[in-house]
Amino acid sequence: MAKDTLTAAEAPPRRDGTLAHIGHVLRENPVTMLAFAMLGFFLGCALLGPVLVPYDPLATEAARALEPPSFEHWFGTDNLGRDVFSRVIVATRLDLTISVAAVALSFAFGSVLGGMAGYWGGWIDAVLNRCLDTIMAFPLFVLAMGVVAALGNTVENIIYATAIINIPFYARLVRAEVNIRRNAGFARAARLAGNGDLRVLAVHIFPNALPPMMVQVSLNLGWAILNAAGLSFIGLGVRPPTPEWGIMVAEGANFIVSGEWWLAVFPGLWLMLAVFTFNLLGDGLRDIVDPRKRT
Amino acid sequence: MLQIEDLSVAFRTRKGEVNPVRGISFEVARGEQLGIVGESGSGKSVTSYALMRILDAGGEIRTGTISYGGIDLRRAAERDMRSIRGREISMIFQNPRAALNPIRKVGHQIEDVLLQHAQATRQDARAKAIEALEAVRIADPQARYDAYPFELSGGMCQRVVIAIALACSPRLLIADEPTTGLDITTQKSVMDLIRELARAREMGSILITHDLGLAAQYCDRIVVMKDGRIVETGAPQRLFTEPEHPYTRRLVDATPVVGASIRSLLPAEARTPEPAHRVQDHPVLEAVDLVKTYPSKSGPVQAVKGISFAIRAGQSLGLVGESGCGKSTTSEMIVRLLDPSSGKILFDGQDIAAVPAARFAWHPLRREIQMVFQDATDSLNPRDTGASAIAEPLARMGGLGGRALKARVAELADLVGLPQPLLSRYPHQLSGGQKARVGIARAIALEPKLLILDEPTAALDVSIQAVVLNLLVDLRARLGMSYLFVSHDLNVVRLLCDEVIVMKGGEIIERGPTAQVMSAPAHPYTRALIEAAPQPPVKTPA
Repeated sequence: MAKDTLTAAEAPPRRDGTLAHIGHVLRENPVTMLAFAMLGFFLGCALLGPVLVPYDPLATEAARALEPPSFEHWFGTDNLGRDVFSRVIVATRLDLTISVAAVALSFAFGSVLGGMAGYWGGWIDAVLNRCLDTIMAFPLFVLAMGVVAALGNTVENIIYATAIINIPFYARLVRAEVNIRRNAGFARAARLAGNGDLRVLAVHIFPNALPPMMVQVSLNLGWAILNAAGLSFIGLGVRPPTPEWGIMVAEGANFIVSGEWWLAVFPGLWLMLAVFTFNLLGDGLRDIVDPRKRT
Repeated sequence: MLQIEDLSVAFRTRKGEVNPVRGISFEVARGEQLGIVGESGSGKSVTSYALMRILDAGGEIRTGTISYGGIDLRRAAERDMRSIRGREISMIFQNPRAALNPIRKVGHQIEDVLLQHAQATRQDARAKAIEALEAVRIADPQARYDAYPFELSGGMCQRVVIAIALACSPRLLIADEPTTGLDITTQKSVMDLIRELARAREMGSILITHDLGLAAQYCDRIVVMKDGRIVETGAPQRLFTEPEHPYTRRLVDATPVVGASIRSLLPAEARTPEPAHRVQDHPVLEAVDLVKTYPSKSGPVQAVKGISFAIRAGQSLGLVGESGCGKSTTSEMIVRLLDPSSGKILFDGQDIAAVPAARFAWHPLRREIQMVFQDATDSLNPRDTGASAIAEPLARMGGLGGRALKARVAELADLVGLPQPLLSRYPHQLSGGQKARVGIARAIALEPKLLILDEPTAALDVSIQAVVLNLLVDLRARLGMSYLFVSHDLNVVRLLCDEVIVMKGGEIIERGPTAQVMSAPAHPYTRALIEAAPQPPVKTPA
């Protein structure tokens, strides 16, 4: 013993704050660095976009309709003469809001449901699982369409619909992660330390499920954006003239045949970049919330 | 037969190169039983992987030669290695259950090996597989041929693994901790079997273990490894009576043998007089007719069949038995993590079994009964630092906070000998011994009256086990706690406990003062337990 504790004690004390750890994760992996840089860019667009863009995204100018990309209009103009670049940037806020809110909702509900099912098991588990099975038995996009059509065509309802179709993934994941740990030594030790079941679950077991959850969150953010855009594309959800990537692709698609490709391609490209960013983010996020990476 | 010279192995990792094996040389003669003994991290397993050429990715043999019967294993083509593995040199791994494919019948798994090495044809494979099962003395081999691994006990699985390893009559057998995780009587029968088969077939064997006592009993010659180097080689008798290297002496000292006292496990310079603990007459805890019944497919199963015992204030009671005897169920009921089916648990005269386990967290007596868990790694939340693990019970039940809490955590760390800088580390940054200390500090944080120790040293190296046991003795004298020490190892229990209870099949079959039970066991099962423990040569008094 003397030896094993001594050598460790001699090692320089490490100061490993959360910020330093995030810095380390970013330096470690250039892909993560790129993903975070792109996330920063999108967040910047979402926060400051409306202030920065050169044109009013809603202002029409019939005289300059359907101009190809130029120095003046980087992404060209659409059939009403609106600046596509301005619209694409301004749309970021709406698209990100929808996806982040939807994912946050499904994360929260999925965690609570999955945590309960995994921890207590029994009938709670059985009932929950059958409900989730029912949700997953529908084609998810069709389910979302149905929800939006039934509840009404608003941004909130897109968020709810997207959240509902994602809940099963979180609930299943949390359930499995909680289940394997509910009788782990540290959970029993927490009970001995005077924690009731709820606290053991919420404070001790659930945080251990975070690393795989983060991967799920990042993939889901991408899906949620696609889902929202998809709903708008088929005419549900966000209504024109609000700038939104899905609608812009839908409206622009009509003009591709006549050669005005920029109407659909640029919003589509932005959509793709956003999804790509979130997918790349996964590993980095996981490493940030995993204390085992702090070596 | 096998000759290793100046072997060194290097691994590339994120933090640079690691050298687990640094220039070792040894040989195994035909039919010789060699033991490689060392603690975790000494490079003993890596050595065997290197000679079988099954090192993990990133590992490579840096220098040295490995020659087996004239073949240079280091330069042999992968194709040749494949036929050597299993056919000439076989290996038994640590966890028999993990070594078997869980979804294939054991008979088929033996056949696979036979067919692979062309030792059998489709027609006679079954007969030969059953023959192999017979050779490892599995009862009713015909029926066992069709068994799946999960249907077999740990000892049986290890026998099947041995059958697979020996199916092709190899000339060298490497056993890497073949009995870790097995009960002590199973350990004895498995080791006896390996020795017997090796002798009958004139097969050489290498036993890799952390247990010097076990190696001494079953090997002709022992190689002691430390930090990737061989520190000493010799016959077991000689190693025990006159160890040359100080590290060997430490290991010999730390091995609990008959006649050792708890302080004699420590290196000579660390031995202080053993503090006396005072046993009072009134019981701190009484278990009355405890029963635990579990439902199962074939009707209810009684894991604990109405046992009664008492722990007096200041006393250390040993609860001994093999896996499945109900000792863990008993300790979980006592510590109030599990509700008994019937019976009473009287703590200071108050029946605490009346309060359901789910609500016991808020019971005022919660702080008086604490536990040190078997697996220190598993019992620490990977997301909490050592300090927050120790602080948890203090904050929840001790009503401490802020500076007082910090001071108390630091005080506890001192008490268990955990250096302060380590408190801010996460469990994965701590060694096994350090994690055990964190677990003990957490359990004694509120100075409970009763501490349940569930095999607290089972996962530790012997030298760390020695330190932890001594720490427990010191804490007992200092804080006046009572211990319920749960273990399968009578040799360890003997060192710490005043009285001992032996359990088998959910019942208490023997109880009494430790010395009396050890020297004159009344029940044949107790005698079997005592005899099954490795009996290394008696060491010279140091």
